[in-house]
Amino acid sequence: MTAVPNPKPMPASTERESSGRYSGWRLLLEGLAGQRGWSRAWAKALPRPRYRVVIVGGGGHGLATAYYLASEYGISDVAVLEKGPIGLGNVGRNTTIIRSNYFLPDNIRFYEYSLKLWEGLERRLNFNAMVSQRGTLNLFHTEAQRDLFTRRANLMRLLGVDAVALSREAVQALVPLVDLDNGRYPVLGGFLQPRGGTVRHDAVAWGYARAASDAGVDIIEHCEVTGMRRDGRRVTGVDTTRGLIEADTICLAVAGHSSQLAAMAGLTLPIESHVLQAFVSEAIKPVLDVVVTYGAGHFYISQSDKGGLVFGGAIDGYNTYGQRGTLPVAEEVAMEAVTLMPALARVKVLRQWGGVMDMSMDGSPIISKTPVDGLILNGGWCYGGFKAIPAGGMTTAHLIACNAPHPLAAHLDLGRFAAGRTLDERGAGPFPYAH
Amino acid sequence: MLRIRCPWCGERDETEFRYRGDASQSRPAADAGLAAFSAYVYERKNPRGWHLEWWLHVGGCRRLLKLVRHTLTHEIRVVGTAQDQPSLPQEPGR
Repeated sequence: MTAVPNPKPMPASTERESSGRYSGWRLLLEGLAGQRGWSRAWAKALPRPRYRVVIVGGGGHGLATAYYLASEYGISDVAVLEKGPIGLGNVGRNTTIIRSNYFLPDNIRFYEYSLKLWEGLERRLNFNAMVSQRGTLNLFHTEAQRDLFTRRANLMRLLGVDAVALSREAVQALVPLVDLDNGRYPVLGGFLQPRGGTVRHDAVAWGYARAASDAGVDIIEHCEVTGMRRDGRRVTGVDTTRGLIEADTICLAVAGHSSQLAAMAGLTLPIESHVLQAFVSEAIKPVLDVVVTYGAGHFYISQSDKGGLVFGGAIDGYNTYGQRGTLPVAEEVAMEAVTLMPALARVKVLRQWGGVMDMSMDGSPIISKTPVDGLILNGGWCYGGFKAIPAGGMTTAHLIACNAPHPLAAHLDLGRFAAGRTLDERGAGPFPYAH
Repeated sequence: MLRIRCPWCGERDETEFRYRGDASQSRPAADAGLAAFSAYVYERKNPRGWHLEWWLHVGGCRRLLKLVRHTLTHEIRVVGTAQDQPSLPQEPGR
């Protein structure tokens, strides 16, 4: 009676369950047929004893790496091992901002590549990730800060990346909520990247998981890595709560816990783990259609499509693996919110949560081989892991498949610390609390 | 909110203090070589458990303190002076 396929029977071991192609037409037909034809977005794979590539961590970077390995580099003998369910780690805990307004040319190129991949992502994955290029606006409050932002914008424009300087009046027109005349930190203007914006973070995890699964990758949830097997200098497999899994290459994509996994292989990394809190307010009518970052503190805010204001600030500031966060930073963030946008004083905070992040010792990420042969590290993402997911996945896949760094991520190698090539993006020296 | 019992000032809020990182790192001998110095400057054990760490009582006595704190539960077991050499507990934190 209908063209919609019925749910497939449980897959035989050789046949992979697929959710089929999503389209408006299919949505209409499913609506008419009582929504009974949908199947799960990715197959619940059982672990096999051996893979060519095992990726530890089913977050954004792990799933994207697996997807690009299969789709771009033709390697689908890949397993993604995730301790819990897909989407509950940092990929579902961030403030969903994407942008490429960096300072160092190598970083601008890397994040701009990511932004370009975001722009074509939904079509490529056949999944609605709600990529919204609403613009990211950085406010400046002093003349020195204006000069710094102008320099940054010029560096971006030299590389063909969009950046626009805004006057006070233009800032006010774009974001009426901002109090330009704050007595302590008056707003002198802003620096807008029109192509920046937000993406629905959960959908990024689901979209990559679905596309990777369809491309032949085994996504194995509830499979925690408990140990790492080595044969001399080479890693040969991982012990998991679901048994030993051997692999030629093992990639760690567990930002927040990179040090823990690396220690299993006998490595010590230039990383500290810190908690970053995020907040969402009650849903209110549309008041903010651009991502705004405050220049006189550490605060960033946007409004989700559900109406909640999504915002965050700085890390709590001491090593922790607790996915919560403490009140002093919550208070600081609330103060910054009200200083920047006084009208928010009457908005209630609905939820608060924390995510544990790898804070690398120079504030930039690491996509690199390691001193242990066959062990690849994708980590050290600091505040900026979410926006980098597509580029991080693509360049990590390149490193695994070609055994050589992707040209856009070569500067992110682990050897830069010992060699004195640290990436001083913030211009403040190598500290594990930078951007 | 952490409450840190400063040996000189008594129990105070964490907002009076400034975290100064891993206190288990010790400076290598001058002739130890680049690898040793690189590890000293950049590499951190970053444990998920008991951690020896520096805290500066910047809003109080301005002394540098050495704490034993659990990085998952945030329990503070020892607050000592910079010269103290506390050993890390073996049992899990509360």
